[in-house]
Amino acid sequence: MSIAEKIISGDIRSVARLIRDIDDNVPGARKVLKDLYPSTGRAYVVGITGAPGVGKSTLVDQMVTHLRGAGKTVGVLAVDPTSPFSGGAILGDRVRMQRHSMDEGVFIRSMATRGYFGGITQSTRSAIDVLDAMGKDCIIVETVGVGQDEIDIVQSAHTTIIVLVPGMGDDIQALKAGILEIGDIFVINKDDREGADRTVNDIRLMIEMDEKRYKDGWKPPILTAQAVFDKGVKEILDEIEKHHKHLQSSAQIQSLRNYEKARNDLSEMIKDKIIHNVLDEIIQSGEFEKSLQLILKGEIDPYTACDTIVSKKLKPGNK
Amino acid sequence: MNQKRKIRVLVAKPGLDGHDRGSRIIARAYRDAGFEVVYSGLHQTPEEVVQAAIQEDVDMIGLSSLAGAHMYLFPRVLELLKEKGADDIVVCGGGIFPEEDIPKLKKIGIKEIFTPGTPLGAVVNWVEENVKPRS
Repeated sequence: MSIAEKIISGDIRSVARLIRDIDDNVPGARKVLKDLYPSTGRAYVVGITGAPGVGKSTLVDQMVTHLRGAGKTVGVLAVDPTSPFSGGAILGDRVRMQRHSMDEGVFIRSMATRGYFGGITQSTRSAIDVLDAMGKDCIIVETVGVGQDEIDIVQSAHTTIIVLVPGMGDDIQALKAGILEIGDIFVINKDDREGADRTVNDIRLMIEMDEKRYKDGWKPPILTAQAVFDKGVKEILDEIEKHHKHLQSSAQIQSLRNYEKARNDLSEMIKDKIIHNVLDEIIQSGEFEKSLQLILKGEIDPYTACDTIVSKKLKPGNK
Repeated sequence: MNQKRKIRVLVAKPGLDGHDRGSRIIARAYRDAGFEVVYSGLHQTPEEVVQAAIQEDVDMIGLSSLAGAHMYLFPRVLELLKEKGADDIVVCGGGIFPEEDIPKLKKIGIKEIFTPGTPLGAVVNWVEENVKPRS
């Protein structure tokens, strides 16, 4: 069996290895992704994002239990940050979900950002494809603990859930741009804490003021929960289901989303490949180091150095 | 950019032992050495440890044991890895072990045992020398 065939038949080891090969940019991985692509497009992808410590992993853990109860198979990608100093990472989301590790219907994978700043990893899009091809009905992507503008998850998920906790700033915070603009569903977790009602109102106000977002008819609901006690989780899943139906209800919405996603995926992939290949060549050829030395000596400015290098690369006849 | 493959390690505490300070410290040391460390927490069964190791495609499992159940738990992990065709994953242990058990564990396939007082740097060096990222 080829690797792609093994993955489609659900072989855990092959899935795990391919995800790592993608992460490590192993050349053979791309071919397998091409082979798997026709088998993708079936899974429903839910993104869970929010600040560090709001309860994302705990929520994911409870969601997996409910989904399994409903007979769905689940893939989970849990992202944690890479240390900018050592390049290493502690991937600790799995701790909250370990009770599902023996369930053959669940595949949990921890991933490190490796310097990528969008809230997920450079390999997340492809890892979703792999879990999709493997046959998972639902794929949950838990982003790294985000601040205000790490919103790449939106491009990869059908439904994006923003998780907040009470007391994280006043109503002015809620007016600011960023992750609060991208949610399809808002969840105020740890709702037993003081300020929960206030937070609900702040978000409600923000949503009411943002009329242009209802263009396609979906007004983000605001839910409260205590994930650790499995309170409110069923309601969250009900809303995901509603959102799913909403997305399917209009061919126009569907085709717009498909277009946006395909456009984003392709341009990101092209960007990544160009950077990967071209920068590699520039460094290998010695150009990069030469220019660096000139900059450090003050003989040339970085803008000129950059323009020179790039225009040489882009000259017709260059590969 | 040419990426050297990162070492992926699973740090796990099998059994009922609740002393996790050592495993957290080791996890930090591994992170500072540039490894990606999957930390799976307390009270793992050997089955859960092996399943996590396979899903996470780790190069090494570090088992932490301070409560004396290592002569059941460690061999069981090795057995399960073999059953699942994953016995290329290196397994080592850290914690409290009676002297006479250490050679027994090594004989059945535990690559190394680290006891109290081992400098963190020594543990990290050992991993760097003995554990290669899957090629």
